[in-house]
Amino acid sequence: MRDNRIGWLLLAPTLAILFLFGVVPFIYIIWLSFHQWNPAAVNPDIVFNGADNFRRLVFDTGFLNSLGVTIAFVFFAVTSQLILGYLLAQAFMKDFPGKAFFRTIHTLPLIMAPIIVGSVWKLMTTPSIGIIPHLLDSWFGYDLNIGQSAVAAFTITVIMDIWHWTPLVTLTLIAALVSLPADPFEQAQIDGAGKRQIFWHITLPMILPAIMATVFIRLMDALRIVDEVLMLTGGGPGSATRYLGVHIFREVFPRTNYGYGSAVSLIVLYLTIVVCWLLYVTMLAPRKSGKG
Amino acid sequence: MMRRQRPLLAVLLWTFISFLTLFPIYWLFVISVKPAMDLFATPELILRTINWQNYIDVLNDSTLRRYMLNSLIISTCNAVLVTTLGFLACYALTRFDFGGKESIFFWTITNRMAPPAVFLLPLFLLLTTVYRVGDFTLLDTRTGMILVYCTFNLPFAIWTLKPTLDGIPKELDEAASIDGASQWKVLTEIVLPLCRPGIAVTLILTWVFAWNEYLLAATLTNFNARTLTTGLSEYITTTGSNWGIMAAISMFTMIPALIIFSLVQRHIVAGLTFGAVKG
Repeated sequence: MRDNRIGWLLLAPTLAILFLFGVVPFIYIIWLSFHQWNPAAVNPDIVFNGADNFRRLVFDTGFLNSLGVTIAFVFFAVTSQLILGYLLAQAFMKDFPGKAFFRTIHTLPLIMAPIIVGSVWKLMTTPSIGIIPHLLDSWFGYDLNIGQSAVAAFTITVIMDIWHWTPLVTLTLIAALVSLPADPFEQAQIDGAGKRQIFWHITLPMILPAIMATVFIRLMDALRIVDEVLMLTGGGPGSATRYLGVHIFREVFPRTNYGYGSAVSLIVLYLTIVVCWLLYVTMLAPRKSGKG
Repeated sequence: MMRRQRPLLAVLLWTFISFLTLFPIYWLFVISVKPAMDLFATPELILRTINWQNYIDVLNDSTLRRYMLNSLIISTCNAVLVTTLGFLACYALTRFDFGGKESIFFWTITNRMAPPAVFLLPLFLLLTTVYRVGDFTLLDTRTGMILVYCTFNLPFAIWTLKPTLDGIPKELDEAASIDGASQWKVLTEIVLPLCRPGIAVTLILTWVFAWNEYLLAATLTNFNARTLTTGLSEYITTTGSNWGIMAAISMFTMIPALIIFSLVQRHIVAGLTFGAVKG
């Protein structure tokens, strides 16, 4: 017979902190997003203005551009990480010496601060000190300048993210592949199935849950990328790499237009939730109902 | 699914991958130990001389020393706080029967999913205008940062500690309480020692996350409670392009996390991948 009051008492500090720093800010931006509040404006008071902030958002080219480049960034980064991570995990399945060592090295980027990853890649790619522009120039005569070329800056942010996060995909998929039973593969080989058939009909369906979990984690993280990009490109050149988080940090936060800023923040949060929900529904739910 | 074929090819591939992983870190080191004059000469792959001047400059800078101390205090206090609270919360969630346990657990986890950028504005406004006692606000204080970091670290601590506590049989502490041990004694003398490995992993990872955090520190501090990561970005904007110093600060920020990582690497991979990797 346990006294549940003690249970609640043990939970209380956790709930209190998460309420004050998680729930209250959330309710606060919902409330603020329906108000006009700019301490630096002619009228510094908080005034209710209905859905005006959201109406403005639809025509805000800065925000829409940021949304577009974020989607492109997330698509290229997560897709490449998934393919690379799978290939690396498969290559890891073979028996070869030094496996533990290679895995340790591969895990290193995961522990690095995002802002340090940004600074590392800035030192790699800045013209005149970076080795990459130097080599590209002397080998191919290609002039890489992430301060001027929008395409180059975008590509380098994607490559940086691939460098930083592919290990996460590899590690998860290694774990998934290791845990697979050997029987279906042996049976398929006996039945004369080709490599491609085995991949599509046996490997893929069996590791799909692990793939989905990884994509889920990666999508949420890729959508919120800020630190690395701030350090590497600062969102530039122009607004080529001004992803949603960078947009809020650079453009929305410094302006004291708090009502509108809240609306932007809220929409970003909403989009994150919708993307994750869509992913869950389209990929995981049919499988569950199919199984009965 | 072990295949014994062409191990040489796999070794070659993984050597190449390891090179790609390590090279950017090596390059950071190269820049950090180059004399300032050599920086603008043609970039060279091989290190000819090692010059520790940038590191000495960073350590001699009293502002950066304060940032380091702030980072150390904030991440240590935060890690201890979230691990303690997370442990107590998980104990309550696994050992007591009250309604909505699963929803509470799930709700705490959702707190981690929200992008931090979304919370910049509301947290800034709350810390400056609402959460204040007279003239004292939590903005730009270590206490404020320690509490704010709970929003992402506390859910993580609960997420990683819950399986550990689930794995300790309830019969064990039930037997102890039948023998007359108080609730507190069961918690500290029976359950806690068994959770040590899980607690260590949680402490380490939450410490690293807090140490690595930049965005919230950059917006919620401006002088007193600035951390090393904000110092790094500050350095770029105020002094233009002092690449050597920037690389040295990066090394100082990176090294503690790397040392800790190399010591306990095996145990924390599962935590890093949010439990998606087991074993």
